[in-house]
Amino acid sequence: MLVGNRVILVTGAARGIGQATAVFLAASGAQVIIHGRSEESMDETVRLIQSAEGLEPLRVAYDVRDEAGMKLAFKQIKKIFGRLDGLVNNAGIMTEGLMGMVKTTHIQEMLDVNVTSVILHMQLSSRLMLKNKQGSIVNVSSIIGTRGSEGSAAYAASKAAVIGATLSASKEWAGKGVRVNAVAPGFIETDLTAHYMENKKEKLLETIKMNRFGHVEEVASVISFLLSDMSSYITGQVIGVDGGMVI
Amino acid sequence: MNTQKLKSVFAEALDIEESFITDELTYNSIAEWDSVAHMALVAEIDDQFDIMLDTDDVLDLSSFSKAKEILTKYDIAFD
Repeated sequence: MLVGNRVILVTGAARGIGQATAVFLAASGAQVIIHGRSEESMDETVRLIQSAEGLEPLRVAYDVRDEAGMKLAFKQIKKIFGRLDGLVNNAGIMTEGLMGMVKTTHIQEMLDVNVTSVILHMQLSSRLMLKNKQGSIVNVSSIIGTRGSEGSAAYAASKAAVIGATLSASKEWAGKGVRVNAVAPGFIETDLTAHYMENKKEKLLETIKMNRFGHVEEVASVISFLLSDMSSYITGQVIGVDGGMVI
Repeated sequence: MNTQKLKSVFAEALDIEESFITDELTYNSIAEWDSVAHMALVAEIDDQFDIMLDTDDVLDLSSFSKAKEILTKYDIAFD
């Protein structure tokens, strides 16, 4: 996969797509830094990386809304590895609510976690990447950000914003050796989607041409491709990983 | 000592002679100190002084003199 020895930070690596990505990268020889809200939340990810015989990951724990905590983590990364080659901006939250029923606090929280933290992580990562004129950033958006979905206006807005930030950053840094892309997963079976009722899942399946839900590993492999040299001429792209979903 | 160290950082990041670097040297006053070089300068300051500048300070860093003033906030002393 050509990510061997790359130093890569994966946010939201305690579960779901972030966890699968961290394990995939570590199994491919990357030095992974895993992020979660607490040290303990990442125990399972560490265990999976060890099972895959990956390099021992560094854990960094902070709330992505805590700018000071984020900066401390980057200082630690800089001190230990002296560089950062890749960033996966995966940490995110999803709260649903019809247009007339979305609380301002929920909108703000989603923008803080899903948008502001993504931009700040790119900002801090760029300090370590631009110096070496090398780096790849992958932001995790969603098909809901590209297509919209009933009952998800705030979430959709936050994920659409991730795409805007991705495209802008890619233009700023394209000439400086840093690539920025996004993935837009469709319906992937994770903790975020586990609460969906069975009847809702059945209706959703009808919208997916491949007639099945996606697996976290299928998103992880695309993210890893975008981090690797196999995608060295790709920047400013949003790759759908959705099995042909139409919403 | 830190003044000299900061001069070296500026010279390295902006790719200019140290003799050009005075307190009056300001952002965009020379072709070498443009927005691209500014980020390289910030990265070099971070590296050499083992700090991580706040974004507000990155924006405020408008001259060599201002750089010294900002760095004092990070417990770096100048003569």
